[in-house]
Amino acid sequence: MTSLFERLGGQPAITKAVDVFYRKMLKDPRVARFFATTDMNRQRAKQAAFLTMVTGGPAAYTGKDMRTGHAHLVAQGLNDSHVDVVIEHLGATLAELGAKSEDIAQVAALANSVRDDVLNRASPSGAGR
Amino acid sequence: MTRVRFDTTDVDVGENESVLDALLRAGADVPYSCRSGVCQSCCLRAVEGRAPSAAQLGLPPTLAALGHFLACVAHPQDDLVCARPGALAGAVDATIRDRESLAADVVRIRLTPNAPFDVKPGQYVNLVRPDGLVRSYSVANLADDDGFVELHVRVLEHGAMSRWIATSASPGTAVTLRGPAGSCVYVPGSPDEPLLLAGSGTGLAPLLGIARDALRHGHRGPIHLMHGGRTAAALYGGDELERLRRSHDNVVVTRCVLDGPGHGDVVEGALDRVIAARLPDLTGWRVYLCGHPDLVRTLQQDTFLAGASLDAIHADAFLTRADAPAAPS
Repeated sequence: MTSLFERLGGQPAITKAVDVFYRKMLKDPRVARFFATTDMNRQRAKQAAFLTMVTGGPAAYTGKDMRTGHAHLVAQGLNDSHVDVVIEHLGATLAELGAKSEDIAQVAALANSVRDDVLNRASPSGAGR
Repeated sequence: MTRVRFDTTDVDVGENESVLDALLRAGADVPYSCRSGVCQSCCLRAVEGRAPSAAQLGLPPTLAALGHFLACVAHPQDDLVCARPGALAGAVDATIRDRESLAADVVRIRLTPNAPFDVKPGQYVNLVRPDGLVRSYSVANLADDDGFVELHVRVLEHGAMSRWIATSASPGTAVTLRGPAGSCVYVPGSPDEPLLLAGSGTGLAPLLGIARDALRHGHRGPIHLMHGGRTAAALYGGDELERLRRSHDNVVVTRCVLDGPGHGDVVEGALDRVIAARLPDLTGWRVYLCGHPDLVRTLQQDTFLAGASLDAIHADAFLTRADAPAAPS
């Protein structure tokens, strides 16, 4: 079975998705402040890597990248509700690009699987969240 | 079989090998992470030979035009000499040809390189004084056509280089130019695309260079040149902008001042506000932003939110020592 990455159209589709996704984040007052001092060019490459990973393209992110890359945001108060907002915009972005709802659900699951790395905490192994 | 050179490494690239694989096998120090053309950690620039276009997917078009490529997915047809993306390509001795004051605190110098020096308008060079003092300045002209390099220097109150240029660097003075560097350049191929060129202070220099380059390539789409300053005295280059506007129907010039009243063609208001009012929808536009770092950062975000694609926003923030914390003396 082909990945969503391939079905959306590969790298060019990701470039477009980054535009849509990043614009949604910057326009959303719930998360915009985390991007206030971001270098947009670096952010562009990181978001492309992230969107490639969650759509099943060639994976570039590791758990360690996720932890170190977001540590300063966790210090600024990044929490579960912000991650929820990210996943919401991720789904809306993919829908705009023509992804089906089952694809979007799968992407959300993948994004959720790195939530603990992003928020820099141990995986909840058995313990409640 | 193709051959790749990088730093001191010189290696044959095998049949199914990428440039990155070959360089790593030979012991070269190249940063990398995903090895699949996504993370862009291994971006290199081809200084000789043609970068394989398949290894440029996902890079901004300006970087691709300047020969950048992702080493991990590069299977070149030609031999390549590669450099790190930020590396200054070379150095050339140059002679100051003339110097002219453009405003109370802006001086234009034009330099003749003593050997061919390949610099695109909008890129910057490091000007090195004989004693080693070095500062970066953007190129305002079509240096390859003109045979000289035009730089605009803002004269800072305590600027070691700029004061020297304003007072001592007379015609005939020898300096060194290192570079070029920077990716704020015109990319031919979309002649109907609308262009926004906006900036403050001597950010006008690269913007003029980019506009001249676009017009030389026969750009047909609108070219909006917008220059902002704190006061009317900070706006310079009015004559040159007027010349461009008169000789090209598609050039629109807007100049604005933050403090105090507009006059003639100069409007009152902050540059970001003026842009938002005049160009509220930048979908499909290509945007170049040069000048003060705070302004450039603001405009990057504003123009993106106004619809310009991230790939189509090119920025060059001018850092001066005046913006850095004062060094103890």
